[in-house]
Amino acid sequence: MINRLLLLVCLLYTCALQAQDSAAPAQSRSGKLLLTGGVSQIEGAAGGGLTPWAVIAGYGTEDQIGANAFYTRVNVDDYHLDAYGVAVGFYDRFELSLARQRFDTEQVGAALGLGRGFALEQQIIGMKLRLLGDAVLDQDRWWPQLSLGVQHKRNDQGDLLRAIGADSDSGTDYYLAASKLYLAQSLLLNATLRWTKANQTGLLGFGGDRGSSRSLEAEFSAAYLLSRRLAIGAEYRTKPNNLGIADENHWWDLFVAYAPSKNLSVTLAWVDLGNIVIADDQRGYYLSVQAAF
Amino acid sequence: MRTICSSILFALALTGSVAIAQDRVIPDPAPAHPELRPVLIEDFGGMPGLLLLMDDFMQIMLEDPQLRPFFEHAEQDRIKRQLAEQICVILGGDCIYSGRDMVESHRDHIITRADFNALVEALQVAMNNKGIPFRAQNKLLEKLAPMYREVETPREMRPVD
Repeated sequence: MINRLLLLVCLLYTCALQAQDSAAPAQSRSGKLLLTGGVSQIEGAAGGGLTPWAVIAGYGTEDQIGANAFYTRVNVDDYHLDAYGVAVGFYDRFELSLARQRFDTEQVGAALGLGRGFALEQQIIGMKLRLLGDAVLDQDRWWPQLSLGVQHKRNDQGDLLRAIGADSDSGTDYYLAASKLYLAQSLLLNATLRWTKANQTGLLGFGGDRGSSRSLEAEFSAAYLLSRRLAIGAEYRTKPNNLGIADENHWWDLFVAYAPSKNLSVTLAWVDLGNIVIADDQRGYYLSVQAAF
Repeated sequence: MRTICSSILFALALTGSVAIAQDRVIPDPAPAHPELRPVLIEDFGGMPGLLLLMDDFMQIMLEDPQLRPFFEHAEQDRIKRQLAEQICVILGGDCIYSGRDMVESHRDHIITRADFNALVEALQVAMNNKGIPFRAQNKLLEKLAPMYREVETPREMRPVD
């Protein structure tokens, strides 16, 4: 399934690139300003590390197509998470993303009788549509860049998820993201409202014995630009709490993002993921590398 | 039903014409921001500093394959002087901008968003070369960024391939 989808995304990207090449033989280089396409958040959308932003992935502008691929490693006290994926931005208007997450339970898996290093995996198909505004250039207007997004998630461990009280092994998040760069302050602010029933982003299924319908969650991030290439910031993401056996906490992080060129960005963060299943205070590092084409 | 449809169409036509009318109001190419005067004096080195910055800026653009076509056959000295004047006025200096508005001065070129952003990047590199602090750079860019609306060629006026 994931392979076929990957193929589809690549095919779409290639077709679009060819169309673009034939339309404009002297294609100019990718047109967005450095770092203004954001980095890849853990579910594959363009954004910060944990939260999606209203920006469209890649460096493509109104008549260009941009794409990127990412790999992220989150290492907290009792678990680690690997995430990787691709995103394509079409004409700075529409974003299509595909990501896969693997959550390794390390010793907790053994304690729960699942086996040491038992992993929960899910794949995420994301789409994002820019509705209005330009986060970077509309400096004289008060309204932000606004985008509507959707993330459809499918978890591989349906039987286990039902055993721990989740309603379903698949679910869809809807979100509205607002992003604005305040250039005079060198500050990028972002707020996202997500309508979701995903437990731990979906790694622990969707809905549960404590709540089976979607709830509205808020996600915030702020980035202070130190130079064209370097930004530091913080993120906060509220989460639902649907599973009786596993209390879920809000997430937050402090990050530094560096883009040595338009082809590469590296994000390093310190994250606090709170309680996950039977392990409290899950803190550690987050490292993400993104290559843009 | 027909009345509803025609009123919707009428409303759309009305908003359309209003939008077109608004497009004709071309903003001041050099709006003065007296509060930025310290930025001009301390960070950009006043008008002499701006003239030196523009020398560097033009050189960077002429070395850039994407930007060179817009400037290689242009009156570079006039453009540099008028850009310095324009920035001087915007940053609250006692200068006079002698150039045209941003629609008029870009009329002869087909300019895309990618071109606009490439120019911003060239300006950022030039400002870095001159040691202008990043925060001061951004205070100027904040005022220049919205000019993309006048500088870029409207889509309907671009040649169809």
